[in-house]
Amino acid sequence: MRRLSIYLILGTAALFFLLPLYIMLVTSFKTMPEIYNDGILALPHHLDLYAWHHAWSGATIGASDQGIHPFFFNSFELVIPAVIISTAIGAINGYVLTHWRFRGANIIFYLLLLGTVFPFQIILLPMAWVQGQLHIAGTLIPGLVMVHIIYGLAFTTLFFRNYYVSIPHDLVRAARVDGAGFFRIFWRVMLPLSTPIIMVTAIWQFTMIWNNFLFGVVFTNSDQQPVTVAINDLVDTVTSVHMWNVDMAAALIAAIPTLVVYLLAGKYFVRGLTGGAVKG
Amino acid sequence: MARTVMQRMGGKDQILAGLMLSPTVLAAVFFIYAFILWTIWLSLTRSTILPSNHFVGLANYQDLFGSSRWWRSLSNLGIFGGLYVLISMAIGLILAIFLDQRIRGERLFQVVFLYPMAISAVVTGVAWRWLLDPNFGVQAIIRSLGFSHFHFAWIDDPDLAIYTVVIAAVWQTSGFMMAIFLAGLRGISPDIVKAARIDGAGTMRIYRRVILPNLAPTFFVAFILSAGLAIKAFGLIIALTGGGPGYSTNVPTIFMYVFSFERGEMGVGAASALIMLAIMMIVVVPFVILDARRKA
Repeated sequence: MRRLSIYLILGTAALFFLLPLYIMLVTSFKTMPEIYNDGILALPHHLDLYAWHHAWSGATIGASDQGIHPFFFNSFELVIPAVIISTAIGAINGYVLTHWRFRGANIIFYLLLLGTVFPFQIILLPMAWVQGQLHIAGTLIPGLVMVHIIYGLAFTTLFFRNYYVSIPHDLVRAARVDGAGFFRIFWRVMLPLSTPIIMVTAIWQFTMIWNNFLFGVVFTNSDQQPVTVAINDLVDTVTSVHMWNVDMAAALIAAIPTLVVYLLAGKYFVRGLTGGAVKG
Repeated sequence: MARTVMQRMGGKDQILAGLMLSPTVLAAVFFIYAFILWTIWLSLTRSTILPSNHFVGLANYQDLFGSSRWWRSLSNLGIFGGLYVLISMAIGLILAIFLDQRIRGERLFQVVFLYPMAISAVVTGVAWRWLLDPNFGVQAIIRSLGFSHFHFAWIDDPDLAIYTVVIAAVWQTSGFMMAIFLAGLRGISPDIVKAARIDGAGTMRIYRRVILPNLAPTFFVAFILSAGLAIKAFGLIIALTGGGPGYSTNVPTIFMYVFSFERGEMGVGAASALIMLAIMMIVVVPFVILDARRKA
């Protein structure tokens, strides 16, 4: 009886969490008349792909009527360099902070730790000005990429630091006695042990940057915008009739990459959420 | 001792290590700490569309706190933040406790509870805007079941719209809180639970007297994280309500964005960003420092 009620509660919670995804999916495969007639819970009569097609390549977003796809690709162009660079620098930083400790290393650690706490509103205005001076204001590359790298570094550094702390010092010392230098130890000793933390960090950064809205809306214009900003424009564009099915298809398109990564490598995502946060 | 040996051995490599770290340190000092000072300066100047060095003292703060829109933003953050932190932590804790009962399908439940965390806040906002639309969403569904007078149009009501933000935010991050609490529960030594059981304590009693007190650090972390998420919430509200109706669901993030980048009142925008920073410091930083001390 007790176990039954546990499953009942967990099952109800699962329904609550799944409901919006279900509604989005069925809505995206319906026609607008179907939505009016059958309500939003009903399954579609048949899988109508119009909304997906229109969201992908026809919907009006800002001044463009090419749908969501250019912005979807923008997000990839943003995410790939930003994730690779911020993860690589974070790895080196974590290595320095744990195995090449020097006076002041703790202060640097706290400086970075605080950097993960501040609301980003505090840096938006100076950053906008700096980007203007560099003539990269409004650009995806290098403007927005640069912003994401800079403000991702605190996170990536802390991830690697917290992981490398548990790698025994003797391993590094032994390599040094053998005559290995800074980079050789990094390549030969640290990196081979780093696969899990690279996965955690890269997946974390991918999800955070892909999903980010604030930096995108502040630092990019029109055709340079990432997909999250485009979705909001699309939904906001007031036409005579609100095309809910197109909105839902577009939102799902924007959600698919991070959802796929989550389903394939959720373990690492959860570890980033809990480990990175808890150990901070 | 070990360190001094290391440093003597280090020599060139130690310098190289410092060099490798220095770009990040410089970036943090410039792009975070100097930028904060810069924002403080902007908030004291007559900066509008362009930055200006015309010093005006606290005039921008007077404008800010003379604005009913700002007060609305603050009170909204209080309502939304308070409810959101409380509810998402409560749901997260309950789900974690139930999941911790050697449940079949635990993995699957976790995947379902946590997937909203992998989705953009903007997507979440769009989905819930649809679900909460009075003509189609929850209200329409319940009416179609025969309750024709059922009324649920919070999203269109300036007094109630802020509560729809709570619903959507709780949906998105309760699973995150669940994961935090589950990690905390799994970190409690089974021995102390066993000892309490041998002493004859019942399940409820064990949770109240043994497990929950041992979870105190986890509550800390969950509070810091959820309060931080509440203060930073932006895309979710923009996509869900656009800050409206009117400015009834404005929060400081939206206020700051609108004044800085849409209305060209940079000085006021900077002042609002600083108040946000102060709120974050007051709410979160004492916990972070306490927590770091405890671990050091």
